[in-house]
Amino acid sequence: MLLLLILLPLAAAILVPFLGKRQVWGVALLGTLLPLIAGMVIWLSLGIDWRSSNGDISSLNQTIPWMPDLGVTIRLGLDSVSGLLVLLTLILGPIMVLCSKTAITERVRTYYGWILVLQAAMTGVFCARDLIFFYICFEFTLIPMFVLISLYGSTNRKAAAIKFFLYTFTGSIIALAGLVYIAWFHASKTGTWSFDLDVMKTAARSMPASTQWWLFLALMLGFAVKVPLFPLHTWLPLAHTEAPTAGSVVLAGVLLKLGTYAIYALAIPMLPAGAILFTPLLAVLAIIGFVAIGLVCWVQTDVKKLVAYSSVAHLGVCMLGMFALNPTGLQGSILYMINHGLSTGALFLLIGMMYERHHTRSMLEIGGLAKRMPIWATFMVFFAMASVGLPGLNGFVSEFMCLFGAWQASDTWLGSHFVAGTPGYLGPWYAVIAGVGMVVGAMYTLLMVGKVVWGPLKLPHDDHGHGHGDSHGGHDAAHAGSLPADLTGREIITLLPLAGLCLFLGLYPKPVLQAIDQSTQSTHKLILDARQTVRALEGGPIIPPMPASNNAAPADGAEMENAR
Amino acid sequence: MIEKISTLWPEIALFMTTCVVMLLGLSANLNIRKLCAPVSAAGLIIAGVLAFGTTPENLSSTLPHFAMYGKLLAAVVGLLLLGLLTGVADRQYEALVASGRERFDPIRTVRGEFYAFFLFSITGLMLCAGATNLIWLFLALELVSLPTYVMIALSSGRERAMESAVKYFFLGALGAAIFLFGFVFIYGATGSVELAEITRTFVAQGRDGGINAIGLLGVLLAILGLCFKIAAVPMHLYTPDVYQGAASPVTAMLAFVPKAAGFYSLILILACVGWGGGGGLTVTQSAAGSHGALPSPIGEVLTIIAVLTMTIGNVLAVMQSSVKRVLAYSSIAHSGYMLVALIAGPGPFGTDMPSNGFAAVMMYLLSYGITNVAVFSVLAVLERRQADGTIDEVDGFGEIRGLRKRHTGLAAIFSLGILGLMGFPPLFGFFAKLPLFQSGWAGGHMALVLILGINSAIAAYYYLRLLSAALLDSPEASARNVESFERAPLAGRDMAGYCAVLAMVGLIVLPLFQVSGLQPTRWASDAGEYKAIPGLEPSRNNATTLAPAPQPVPAPEARADSPQAAR
Repeated sequence: MLLLLILLPLAAAILVPFLGKRQVWGVALLGTLLPLIAGMVIWLSLGIDWRSSNGDISSLNQTIPWMPDLGVTIRLGLDSVSGLLVLLTLILGPIMVLCSKTAITERVRTYYGWILVLQAAMTGVFCARDLIFFYICFEFTLIPMFVLISLYGSTNRKAAAIKFFLYTFTGSIIALAGLVYIAWFHASKTGTWSFDLDVMKTAARSMPASTQWWLFLALMLGFAVKVPLFPLHTWLPLAHTEAPTAGSVVLAGVLLKLGTYAIYALAIPMLPAGAILFTPLLAVLAIIGFVAIGLVCWVQTDVKKLVAYSSVAHLGVCMLGMFALNPTGLQGSILYMINHGLSTGALFLLIGMMYERHHTRSMLEIGGLAKRMPIWATFMVFFAMASVGLPGLNGFVSEFMCLFGAWQASDTWLGSHFVAGTPGYLGPWYAVIAGVGMVVGAMYTLLMVGKVVWGPLKLPHDDHGHGHGDSHGGHDAAHAGSLPADLTGREIITLLPLAGLCLFLGLYPKPVLQAIDQSTQSTHKLILDARQTVRALEGGPIIPPMPASNNAAPADGAEMENAR
Repeated sequence: MIEKISTLWPEIALFMTTCVVMLLGLSANLNIRKLCAPVSAAGLIIAGVLAFGTTPENLSSTLPHFAMYGKLLAAVVGLLLLGLLTGVADRQYEALVASGRERFDPIRTVRGEFYAFFLFSITGLMLCAGATNLIWLFLALELVSLPTYVMIALSSGRERAMESAVKYFFLGALGAAIFLFGFVFIYGATGSVELAEITRTFVAQGRDGGINAIGLLGVLLAILGLCFKIAAVPMHLYTPDVYQGAASPVTAMLAFVPKAAGFYSLILILACVGWGGGGGLTVTQSAAGSHGALPSPIGEVLTIIAVLTMTIGNVLAVMQSSVKRVLAYSSIAHSGYMLVALIAGPGPFGTDMPSNGFAAVMMYLLSYGITNVAVFSVLAVLERRQADGTIDEVDGFGEIRGLRKRHTGLAAIFSLGILGLMGFPPLFGFFAKLPLFQSGWAGGHMALVLILGINSAIAAYYYLRLLSAALLDSPEASARNVESFERAPLAGRDMAGYCAVLAMVGLIVLPLFQVSGLQPTRWASDAGEYKAIPGLEPSRNNATTLAPAPQPVPAPEARADSPQAAR
């Protein structure tokens, strides 16, 4: 059944090159809508089970033998977390196709073909329960994105595509080496090779903490590039700015989540002790990402670049919540993955719609669009609020939970026992500093909305020309002229489901939280168990040195306060 | 004697084909001379079938199935290469005729000797795989190399080709002298040229406190000489010049046939000294004390060679501005990757595919052969028309720029080939690279595996440069003159195209084969099977004999900690 979700878009992708230009769009839409329907059917047929289940939903497991000699199979499965992310992927699929109808007029077959392949690969990542199959899908998302950015992007598209490809490829090959080591560790004990996720999890957990330390480092090098975590984020703004709208949407919506999902589903459960040892460093990087990149957003003039940088900032919060390593933080982090996909995806859609009409993304050239495009402006304000974290909309719930999780992630504060806390390495200080990031986030988002939506109407002079030297395909003036000033029905249909979900998850996130509760609880339990082994090692000769650059490393709040 | 000949049916068949081809090439009738290529192909197919059907299990060797699969691999990739090579020798002449500079003379077209030399080289490769003694091995290696010198010179009329041929010949002679020197030392240390006998002597010496220093020197010299064949670091200097000078199809052959011969020989010679405590042989206690390490100086030297080969190959490839030089340096780097698996050796289980480095090397050779054909065939199909009407090879980055806009199909094949070389999943190149990682870990070579990973990332950079030149850039002014052979009225042009398609299909389909009965991993696994010589079961109690059954591995916890120690 899960295989169907992967094969349907692939089949459509194979069909696309043989179609006429006119039918392509319809077939692509069908190729993304059918899996969505199939996915819905799967969910409904599962009823209430999937929400309370811990681990994979057994009725969906599927195994296809592939390379027994290498220990590789194609095993598919879903648990509640990956299930939700598959749903997010399936929902964004038709939206990608819908939003490209007028923006892409050249080489449509290539475009939609690769979008469908991308859709299949992303679904494959979340469904994979064999690590080599996971890796294949994880890597294969690079090719469609490379094509989308490099053929359909704006002026600097080639550099952006190459940078995107190289960063991710480099990181993930190191991660692959780490994964193979874990498989070898298993093989050395049992004599058979296997890359099965469950097998690898059990094998890896039995490693000593010092081994877990460097393996976690290897895996994080691969996955943190994709997230992207602070010092490794430099590919993202470029890729986002140059990608076509659908590319940006899927990049923000799903591709970044591949990194966070891989950390949640592979790195932490396989190497809990490693995760604990890296917590302070990663949390500090996440906070730097949240606050400092937020300040970077503030000085942007290109709207799309601003939203791209804000993605880095938002994923900083997501990572902070995840490395709180307690149920609240983990739940907040997973919820944030979905919320960020919805609200930032929608912001990119809106910017794409604006760009199609006015051929500029510069806040210096455009402003006061509320007067010219009231519907667009309404959506813009709505999604900006969702992104900032206005209570009542989705961003608030998850951001709050992430910060609250970080706050809770220490059982001592100021030298005394902290009743609400869970054992952990973070603490209120982390949450307080990260809280600054929320303020910064509100500042730059509101600044952007204020400039673009409100104020006196300002339009670029060459409204129907090729704005910004962007002379290549897709955005020809004739086509833009055929678009009405405000949004068309198709564009509203593109945005409405996202808006509905934002509102729903903001007012009533309980179903999602309930669904991931079991999963986060069991991850938390793993961490608590691993803490014992880490603690047993502490001070011993094999405890790896904490990186010196990490000034907030001390494990409990009291020492931390001294350090400041 | 008769028994020995009975292991040589494929070589005999191929040799007979070679003679027939040479005779056909002498005929005055063009139609008969045109039979050269098909007859060669038939010979290769027959040799492949014979290799599969008649090669006996070599019970006196530590690698019982190696000969059969080695020969099969030679036949399969040889067939692909033949398609590329068809018509190469005639291209220059035909261009001259087409441009009206020479009168057409039917007797000068289709040179039979070109095909004959190619078949000789493949015969040599097959002989290498089946070698059981040092003299045989030496002769086989020379049979691989000698025809290639001539083929480079014949491949194109340009002076560059002549220069390449001479350079390759002299350095090749130097390499041959070095490994022959090494063989002499090995003979001096063991008193025998039979590989099985050498193994026995080395094992005995190993038990008495270590291999004779003369023997170790011999093995080291042999390795150094073979580095020339595989284009590994101290002997790699000729690679870019020779690869660039030869016509593209011949370059494709140079990148595969001598390299495969070098790796076959390395496997056979290293199997003599053994991986202390590996799949069955206890020769020496290695310094690290873990299983699967080569005797002391050999392991270290090979590690240094592997690291330098990978790194220098990749770093220099980044700096090149010629496509063929990039591919030449990347060919050096690929040798380094394979050396990692070779250093890791047969692994603790002896027969198990992913931890067995021999199997990994065999698989990688197959993958590298196919991808190489795919990439070079695109270069072979393209030609550059110069202002004076002569044709030249496509070489610079500028000339493949905008390939997608001009020849979409070729660009697709080129991209797939490059991605295959990069080891991008789910192409066959990825599934060939995966066992390198697996066997590297299994051998406990953490640093090597990490360097392999980092090098793959560096390699991604220049492969991506090639890809972006072909796919993203728009055709430059200089690229306007680049035509594909499909449009040029020249013979042999189609075969390269067919080959490219075939290689592309292989790249994509081989991983899918796994579902059906045809399993490259199974072949490689059989090919790399490593066992003790009868009567020479190891004395150490933790080593197995020939049982594929997993054995208790000495203290996995200790190994798990070893990275810690390394750190």
